[in-house]
Amino acid sequence: MRSVLATALTILSLSTAPAWAARATDGEAKILFWQAVSSMNPYLSGGSKEVYAASIVIEPLAGFDENGKMFPRLAADIPTLENGGVSADRLSVTWKVKDGLKWSDGSDVTAEDVAFTWRYCTAPGGGCAQRAKFDGVAKVEAVDRLTVKITFDKPTSYVYGPFVGALSPIIQMAQFKDCIGEKAQQCTAANFAPIGTGPFVVKDFKANDVVSFIANQHYRDPAKPAFATLTLKGGGDAAAAARAVLETGEFDFAWNTVIEPEVMDLMLKAGKGRVASAFSTTVERIHLNPFAVDPSLGAKRSTREAGPHPSLSDPAVRRALSLAIDRDILVEAGYGAGGKATCNVIPSPDDFASNGVDWCLKQDIPGANKLLDEAGWEMGGDGIRAKNGVRLAYLFQTSTNSVRQGTQQLVKDWWKEIGVETELRNVPATVYFGSDPASPDTYKKFYADIEMYASGFETTDPAKFLADFRCDKIPSPNDGWQGGNVARFCDPAYDTLIGDLNNASGRAERAVIIKKLNDMLVNSGYVLPIVNRGEPSTIANTLVDAKINPWDTQLWNVENWKRGR
Amino acid sequence: MTDAVIDQPVTAKPEIETPSILFWRKFRKHKGGVAGLVVFALIVLIVYVGPFIHTIDPNKIDIRAKNQGPSWKHPFGTDNLGHDMLAQVMAGGQISLAVGLTAMLLALLLGTLVGVLSGYFRKLDGPLMRLTDLFLALPLLPLLLVIIMLFRDTLRAAFGPETGIFILIVFVIGVTSWMHTARIVRGDVLAVKSQEFIVAAKSSGMREHRIVLRHILPNVLSSIMVSATLGIAAAIITESALSFLGLGFPSDFPTWGRLLFDGANFLQLTPSRVFWPGLAISLTVLSVNYIGDAVRDALDPRTQAR
Repeated sequence: MRSVLATALTILSLSTAPAWAARATDGEAKILFWQAVSSMNPYLSGGSKEVYAASIVIEPLAGFDENGKMFPRLAADIPTLENGGVSADRLSVTWKVKDGLKWSDGSDVTAEDVAFTWRYCTAPGGGCAQRAKFDGVAKVEAVDRLTVKITFDKPTSYVYGPFVGALSPIIQMAQFKDCIGEKAQQCTAANFAPIGTGPFVVKDFKANDVVSFIANQHYRDPAKPAFATLTLKGGGDAAAAARAVLETGEFDFAWNTVIEPEVMDLMLKAGKGRVASAFSTTVERIHLNPFAVDPSLGAKRSTREAGPHPSLSDPAVRRALSLAIDRDILVEAGYGAGGKATCNVIPSPDDFASNGVDWCLKQDIPGANKLLDEAGWEMGGDGIRAKNGVRLAYLFQTSTNSVRQGTQQLVKDWWKEIGVETELRNVPATVYFGSDPASPDTYKKFYADIEMYASGFETTDPAKFLADFRCDKIPSPNDGWQGGNVARFCDPAYDTLIGDLNNASGRAERAVIIKKLNDMLVNSGYVLPIVNRGEPSTIANTLVDAKINPWDTQLWNVENWKRGR
Repeated sequence: MTDAVIDQPVTAKPEIETPSILFWRKFRKHKGGVAGLVVFALIVLIVYVGPFIHTIDPNKIDIRAKNQGPSWKHPFGTDNLGHDMLAQVMAGGQISLAVGLTAMLLALLLGTLVGVLSGYFRKLDGPLMRLTDLFLALPLLPLLLVIIMLFRDTLRAAFGPETGIFILIVFVIGVTSWMHTARIVRGDVLAVKSQEFIVAAKSSGMREHRIVLRHILPNVLSSIMVSATLGIAAAIITESALSFLGLGFPSDFPTWGRLLFDGANFLQLTPSRVFWPGLAISLTVLSVNYIGDAVRDALDPRTQAR
C-alpha cells in the first residue's frame, strides 16, 4: 500500500513538473530515531532529535558541511569582513537571502521572516530553547526585501552565531505571527508542521511516533530531493534501531545507535550497512546537582530556591566522585573504538580543546578516600560515609540505554568503594529528553542528585554551548524548564568571561578564553566529563550520499540522499 | 469400569479422612499437578538456598571476565559487565517470586472481598460490579506507568529505594489484577447463597458475617485457590513486562524480567543470558498453572461426591 502511494506520488510529481525529472524518483527513504520526535519546532525543544527532525523542513541562513566549513543555505553567500558583509567595527553583520527562494506553500522568503524569527525566539514568556544563539544581539532588522542586518550590543568576534547551524533555522512569519511569547506552546499545528524551505514538507505528524514527509515542490534545486517521501519513525531502543538497518534492512538510516561494541560487531557481519561516527564534540558527562532535590521540597526542588545540595556542594565530595571513576574501563565496556576518555567538555576543534585538565584521567580510589576523610566524611558502619547526619547517598538517573545502564553500574561499584551509596534510575529516552514541562523525569528538571547524558555543540564554535552554562540559563519553572544550563553551574566569574569571549577578536584570543572556560567548568566538579564519543549512526548500504556531519544536524544533506542501484 | 471405581473405597481399609487428607489424596492423582509442585518447589529451593552454595555476589562486577560462556566458575556464564549470571538469576528469582506471591495475596484479598460482598449483599452488587468493569476496561500498562510516575518519589522517600519500589510494584500489580477473582467469587457466592443450608442458617438467627465466614467462604474456596495460582503466574509475568520495558526495579536490581531485558541485545553473543531467566519464568508460570489445575480438581465438590 505504501509503495503504491509512493509510486502514485512519484507519477504525480513527474506529471506536474516534467522539467524536474530527477526529483522524487527514488521512492521512500526510512529514517529511525529511537528517541521519538515530540515537536518539529527546535525553538521549543532543546533535544537533538527535534533539532535534527526539524532540519529536514526548516533551514538556517548557513550551515556547516562535514568538514566544518560554513556554506550558505538560505543566504546568497557568507558575509565576511572582506566582502563587506561584516562591518569593520564588528558591530553588525548583513546577510542577503537568495533571490527567488520560496516557502513550501509557494510564498516568497524575505528578510522579514529572518527578523521575525529573532523576535519569535526573544519574545518574553516564550521559553525559547535556543535563546543563547541570540545572546548579544541588539536587533535584527530587514533592510530591504532580501537584506537583513543583525546588530550586536558590542563588537563581536564570532558573528556567525545567529541563524547559522540547525539550532536557529528561519521560520515563516505568516505561519508563526500569532504564536509569539506565551502563545508559542499552544500553536500545535504550526509547531508540528512548520512551513519551511527544506527539501521535504511535513505531511503527517504524530507526536512521539512517526513523521511522514513528502518532497517539497518549491525546493530551490529542481533536481532534488531524490526521494519522493521520507518517513521518520520513532521508538524502540538503540539496539533495535541498529538491527533494523544493519540486519533486517527495514530502515535506511538510524541515528544515535549507541550499543555495546561487541553487539555492533555481530550486527555488522550481516553486511547490510555500516556505522558512521560523527566523532567530534559530543561528550558523555555526569552532572552533579548543586541544588537540593529532596521530594519534600515540592516545586522548588532542583532550583536555586531549594538551597544548596547537602553534600554535593562540598568540592571534596565532587572531586572524589570524579577521581573514583575509571574512564578507560567505561570506554572499553561501552564504546570501544567509538570513544575516548576525557576530562574536558570541549574536546575539539584542536585549537579550542583544553589540555590543561587531566587529573581525572587516572582512577585514584585511595586518593578519593583520602579526600573524603580529610573533608570530615566519616565511614559509617554500613560502609557509607556521613557527616552531621548527611549520608553520601545519591539518586543517579540517565536515559534507558544498555550502554548507559552498564556505565551506571560500573560507576556505582566504584563509588561504593569510596563509601558512596548510589541508587540507579533509568528513564525512557523519549521522556528523559522530551520537551514536556509536565513530566518530572526530564533531564532538564534534574529531579535527581546526579544525572548522565551526552551533548556537544552543533557548530564548530562552542560559544553558544559555553554560554549555556551561565547563571541565568538555569532551567526553572519560570522559563518552562527550557533553560540550557542543565548542570545548574553558576559562577559570576564564568559569566564575565563569557562576555569577554563575545568581545574577543581573533581566533587565538578566543581559544585562550574558551580553554579557560572549559577549565572552570570541569574544575568546579559539578560537570564530570567521562567519554568523548562519536555520535554513531547506522546507514544502509543502499543509501547513497548520506554523510555524517559532526558540526551540524545529522540530516544536513538529506536533499542529496539517493537510492543506490 | 465405573463399577471398579465405585468398588474401590469399599474394599479399601476404612479410615477417617479429614478434608486435608482427602485433598492431598486427590491432588496426588493429578500427575501434572504433582510434577508442577515438584518443579516449583525445586525452583524455590534453588533460588533461596542456591546463594549459600554458589556464593558469588550477584552485583559483583568483574569487567575482565565479561561475556563468558558457561564454565565451572560461572555455570551460566557472565554478562557484558562481568556479573555472574547464575548468581543474578538466583537473586532475580527471589525478587520475582516475592513479587508474585505478595501481589497475588493482595489481588486475592481484594478480589474475594469484592466478590463476596457483591454476591451476598444485593445492594452492593451493582456498584461493585460496575467498579470491577471499570477496572477491567482500564488499559493496564499505561495505568501502571502513570501510577509508577506519580507515587515513586513519595514511596522512595518513605521506605527507601528498594522497599519503596517493591511496595509500589506489588501494589500496582495487586490492584490491577483482582477483577477476575472478584467475578468468579461473586458467581459462586450467588449459587451457594440460594441453597437450603444458607436459608437454614439465616432462619436460625445466625449473624451475616458468621454466615459468610462459616458457610459461604469454605464453599467458594476452590475457585479462590485456582485464582491464587493463576495470580502468581500473572504477577510474575506483569513484573517481567514492567522490567522488560525498563521500568519497575532499578537497573542494578536483578529480576527475571530485567535479566531478560538486558540480555536480549546479547542473544547472539551469549544466549545463556536470555535462556536461563526465560526458562525460569516459563517453568515457574507453567508449574504454578499445573498446581492450580490440580487444586481445582481436588477441591471440586463433584469429584468429592463419588
